[in-house]
Amino acid sequence: MKIKLLFSGVAAHCLIVGAGILLAPAVVAQNTNSLRSAESFQSIADERARSLALFEEAGKVIQHPRCVNCHPATERPLQGMSMHPHQPPVFRGDGGMGLVGMQCNTCHSEQNTPVVGQADTLKSIPGNPAWHLAPIEMAWEGKTLGQICVQLKDPKRNGDKTMDEIVEHMAKDDLVGWGWQPGDGREPVPGTQEEFGKIIRAWVDTGAVCPSG
Amino acid sequence: MTIHDITTSRRGFLAGAGLVIGVAIAPKFLSAAPTGVPAGGAAELKPMNAFVKIGTDDTVTVLSKHIEFGQGPFTGLATLVAEELDADWSQMRAVHSPTDNKIYANLAFGLQGTGGSSSIANAYEQMRKAGATARAMLIAAAAEEWSVPAAEITVEKGRLKHAGSSRESGFGAFADKAATQTVPQDPKLKDPKDFVLIGTDLPKLDTVGKTNGTAIFTLDITPEGLLTAIVAHPKHFGATVKSFDDSEARKVRGVVDVKQIPQGIAVYADNTFSALKGRDALKVEWDLAKAETRSSAELAAEYVRHFNEPGLEAANTGNVDEAFRQDGLQTVEAEIVFPFLAHAPMEPLDAVFIKATDGSVDIYNGAQFPGFDQQVAAEILKLDEAKVRVNTQLAGGSFGRKAQFGSPYMQEAAMVYAAVGGDRPLKHMWTREDDIQGGFYRPMYAHKMRGAIDAEGRITAWEQVIVGQSIMAKADLDSTSVEGASNLPYRIPNLKVTSHNVTLPIPPLWWRSVGHTHTGFAVETFVDELLARVGRDPVEGRLALLDKESRHAGVLRKAAEMADWGSTPPEGRARGVAVVESFGSFVAQVAEVSVGADGAPRVHKVWCAVDCGVAVNPNIIKAQMEGGIGYGLGAVLFDAITLGKGGRIMQSNFHDYRSIRINEMPDVAVEIIKSVESPTGVGEPGVPPVGPAVANAWRKLTNAPVRQLPIVSLISA
Amino acid sequence: MVTFTLNGKERSFDGDPDTPLLWVIRDFEKLTGTKYGCGVAQCGACTVHLDGMPRRSCITPIATIDGSDVVTIEGISGKEAQAVQTAWTGLDVPQCGYCQSGQIMSAVALLQMVPKPTDDEIDGAMTGNLCRCATYHRIRAAIHNAANSMEG
Repeated sequence: MKIKLLFSGVAAHCLIVGAGILLAPAVVAQNTNSLRSAESFQSIADERARSLALFEEAGKVIQHPRCVNCHPATERPLQGMSMHPHQPPVFRGDGGMGLVGMQCNTCHSEQNTPVVGQADTLKSIPGNPAWHLAPIEMAWEGKTLGQICVQLKDPKRNGDKTMDEIVEHMAKDDLVGWGWQPGDGREPVPGTQEEFGKIIRAWVDTGAVCPSG
Repeated sequence: MTIHDITTSRRGFLAGAGLVIGVAIAPKFLSAAPTGVPAGGAAELKPMNAFVKIGTDDTVTVLSKHIEFGQGPFTGLATLVAEELDADWSQMRAVHSPTDNKIYANLAFGLQGTGGSSSIANAYEQMRKAGATARAMLIAAAAEEWSVPAAEITVEKGRLKHAGSSRESGFGAFADKAATQTVPQDPKLKDPKDFVLIGTDLPKLDTVGKTNGTAIFTLDITPEGLLTAIVAHPKHFGATVKSFDDSEARKVRGVVDVKQIPQGIAVYADNTFSALKGRDALKVEWDLAKAETRSSAELAAEYVRHFNEPGLEAANTGNVDEAFRQDGLQTVEAEIVFPFLAHAPMEPLDAVFIKATDGSVDIYNGAQFPGFDQQVAAEILKLDEAKVRVNTQLAGGSFGRKAQFGSPYMQEAAMVYAAVGGDRPLKHMWTREDDIQGGFYRPMYAHKMRGAIDAEGRITAWEQVIVGQSIMAKADLDSTSVEGASNLPYRIPNLKVTSHNVTLPIPPLWWRSVGHTHTGFAVETFVDELLARVGRDPVEGRLALLDKESRHAGVLRKAAEMADWGSTPPEGRARGVAVVESFGSFVAQVAEVSVGADGAPRVHKVWCAVDCGVAVNPNIIKAQMEGGIGYGLGAVLFDAITLGKGGRIMQSNFHDYRSIRINEMPDVAVEIIKSVESPTGVGEPGVPPVGPAVANAWRKLTNAPVRQLPIVSLISA
Repeated sequence: MVTFTLNGKERSFDGDPDTPLLWVIRDFEKLTGTKYGCGVAQCGACTVHLDGMPRRSCITPIATIDGSDVVTIEGISGKEAQAVQTAWTGLDVPQCGYCQSGQIMSAVALLQMVPKPTDDEIDGAMTGNLCRCATYHRIRAAIHNAANSMEG
C-alpha cells in the first residue's frame, strides 16, 4: 500500500487491473447480499439515529462498486469489484455517453449481453437503454458516505432534484435498477431495488440525516 | 537448429564470400484454390525459376519463401527481384511460395522458415540472383524472337528494348519463350551504386488488400461444408483431462461432434458460434497431478535462490572475483525479475484442412516453419509428406509465436482433424483465451547484476547471473538466455556472465527479440545506474566504453543528436537512452517520459537510430522500428502473464493482458544510418532498447530504479 | 427470423438468435474483412457500422439488430471512406493488417462525425482498436492526412 504515500488521490489506484482496492467500499457489512428492511429500523427510537442507520444501510448499495463504478471522480468509468479503470479506455464525453467514435453504445446494448465461450472473467457485457455515466458533480468515487449523503441532498449536485425525486430515482430508475440485475459474472448490489427505495424513503422521512465525515 | 545456430550461421552466410546461392528451377506442386483463397489474375504465369513468375499480362510474381505477417518480406524480396530484373514496381506482385525445405530454405537455417529477423539478410543475394536470372532468360527469348544479339538488348522499367531495330516489348510477350530458356547459373549482379529500387521507399505490395478487407488470412478461408473446431484447454500447465461430460454440448444447435484429444476436448460445429457455445457447455474435470501448481511469486522465489550457486559460464574475461576484492571500490547491485509474456498476435492460431479427391490434404495456415508443419501433419494424418501441402497464408502477426520446432500447434490442429475423420473441410481455431493461456511464453527470468567502480570512477568489473527456462530445452548453456549479456558491448576489464536453466511444465518460446527482451533491459538499465553513480552522462559515458568507430557508437550518437540530448527536457519530463545490438542490427533509442496523471510512465516521444546495413526499403525499416517500439513499450509498461495461487493462469484476454493502445503510443522519429554493410534484420531489433530507455528516464523522474516488470506493477505494489 | 440490411442488401438470418453479428457476417455471409480478435469488445477488430455508428460486432447478438443497417469494410463508401483508405495506402499503415478493417471502420466513423479531429479526438475514438504491430503512429498521421484531404 505504498501507493498511498507515493501518489495521493484517486488516480493512482486505478492503474492496474486487480490492484488492491484502496478506495473500496468503506462499509461492507457482514451480509453483503441482503438489505435490512426499512421497517426493521423502527426499533431505533431516536429518529435522528434511525435516519443515520437507514442511510448507512443504504450505503451498502450506494458504495457498492456496481454503483460507484459509474459515478467516477475522473473522466473514466471504473470496472469490476476491484474498481479498476475501464478497459478499453473510455471517457465521459457529452452527457456521460462517451467520446465521439467511442460512445458507450459502441459496446453496450440496451440489455446485458452474455459473452459466450470467451473469458471466465468476462461473462457478459452490461447494458441498459440509458447506459451512461453519472455527471461529474454526482461523483461518488473516493468519497465517504457522509460526503455522498450531503451531495445527494444538494440540488446543485443531485441534478436539481427534490428529496421526493431522489426517492423516486433510487426506487424506480431503470439504470439504478441495473445494479440488481448486472448480468452474468457480476455481483449484484445487496437486496432489491424495492427494499432500497423503502430505505431511502424512510431515511428522507426521518429527516435525511447524514453521517458525519 | 537453434536461434544461436541461426545467428551464427547467418553471420557465416553473410561473411561467406563465394558461397553458392542456388536459384532452383520451379518445383512441381499441385495448386489448389478453395473458396476464399485468392487466386492469381486471369493471366497465365510462367515460372522463370523457383522464385519468379512472369505473367502474360506483364506482371512479375515473386514467390516469397518467407511468411508475410507485417514485417515486409513480400515487398522486400520483390524489391530485390525487381532491382535485378529491371522491372517497374507497378508490375510486381508477391505470393507465398509452396512448402519445400530445400528449394525454399532459409539460407541461414538450412530449412524453410522465417525468424531471427533473417528474411532480407539470407535472401539478399538469392533473390537478386533470381531476378537477374529471369532477366537473362527474358533477354534470351527476345534475342531469339527478334534475331538480334542478346548483348544489344537493354531492360528498363519492365521494358525490353533493342535500339538498333527500334523494337520494344513488355515482359509478358516473352513469358512463354523465356520459361523454356536455359537457366543461367551465374548471372551478373548489379553494383550497388547502380541500384534504382533498393534503398527507396517503395509502396508495400500487401497494403491495398489490407485496407479494403480483401486480404485473406487463415481465418478467412471458408470452403463449403466447413466444420469449425474449438478445443477446451486446461487452465493449468501440464493438466490433462480426467473426465468430461459432453451431453449438454451435443445439444447445442450446430454442434456436430465432440472428441477427446491429448490437448483437451474438441468441439466440432457447423459454424464458429456453435463451436464456442458447445465448448462452453462442456463439463471437463482436469487432472492436476502433473500440472504446475506454483504461483509466479513462488517461482520467482525459487529463481533467486540460484543466484549464489555456480552457473553455466557464458562469459568470463579478466578476473571478476579478484576485481571485486580490490580496496576502495563502490559496489552496485541489482536484482530484476522479468515476467512471462504472451505474444498475443491479433490473429489467434488457426489452420484449415481440406481433403482433395485423391486423399491428399491441403493445409492453410500462417506457417512460419512450413516444413515442420508438413512433417507433423503428415505423421498425424498418416499420409506421405508429399500428400500434405502446407499453403502458407498471410498471418495476423506472430512475434515469434508461430515459429515452433515440432509445431506443437499443428500437432493439436492435425489431431483435431484426424479425430473427426470424414471428408468435410475443417477449421481449427483458438480463441483469444486459448492464445493468452496457451503458453509458449517469453520465459520468466531473474537477473542478478553486480558492478564495481574503482576510486577513479572506472567500471572495473561486471557480474551477471541469469536464471530462467532454456528456450532451446538445453541442459548446458543456452545462448538465447544470455545473448546481449555474454557479448556485452562495453569495455569492462573483468566480466563474468553465468546462467541457470530452470525446468517448468510451462512451454517457453522466443518472443520478438528473444534473449534481448530481458538482457537488453538488464544491461542497459544497469550500465545507466553505474554511470549515474560516477556522475557520467548516459550518452557520453556509454560512448567512452565503446569503440569510437563501432556501430553501437554510431547509432548512439545519432539518436542523441536527434533528441538534442544535451538540451533540457520540457518541465516534468526526463530522457533516458539505451543502445542494443540484436540480430546484427544496431538500434539506439532516446525516450522522453513524464509521470502520467494515473501515476504511470507517460512516454511522449522516442527518437530511434538504426543501423541495419544496406537499407533495402527505408519505409519498412521505419515501420518496423515504430512497431517494435510500440510492442516493446506495451510489454514493459503493462504486461505479465502470472500464475496465481495453485498455478492457475490469471490472464485470459486483452482486458487483463493489456496491449498498448493509440493513446499510449509515443511520437516516434526514426533515422537510418547510411551503410554499405550487408543488410540485417529489422523485425526484432526495434524492441529491446525502448524498455531500458523508458526505465532509465523513469529512474531520473522517481529516483527509483525499475527492478520489476511491468512498470505499472511497481506503482500498485 | 432476423432481417437486416448488410452493405445495402436485405439479409435474413434464422439461426441461433444469440449468434453475434460478427459470426453471421463471417460464417454465413462470407464477408471476411471483419475480424475476430478477442470476442469481448476489447480489440475492435470486429468493428462495423450499425445504423451509422461504430459497433463491436462480436458482442452484438443478431437478435438485437432486427431492422438495422449494417455496413462492413467491404461496403463502406463516401468521401470519408475514400479519404481514409487513400491515406492508409499513402502511408502504408498496415503491417500484418489483421486489425486494419476495424481501424478503418473506426476512423471513417470518426471523420463522419468530426471532419477535422485533434490528436485527443483521435485518441478518444481509436483507443478501442488494438494493433499488436503498433501501427498507431501511422494511423494517427493517416487520419490527419485524410481529414486534410477532405478539406481541399
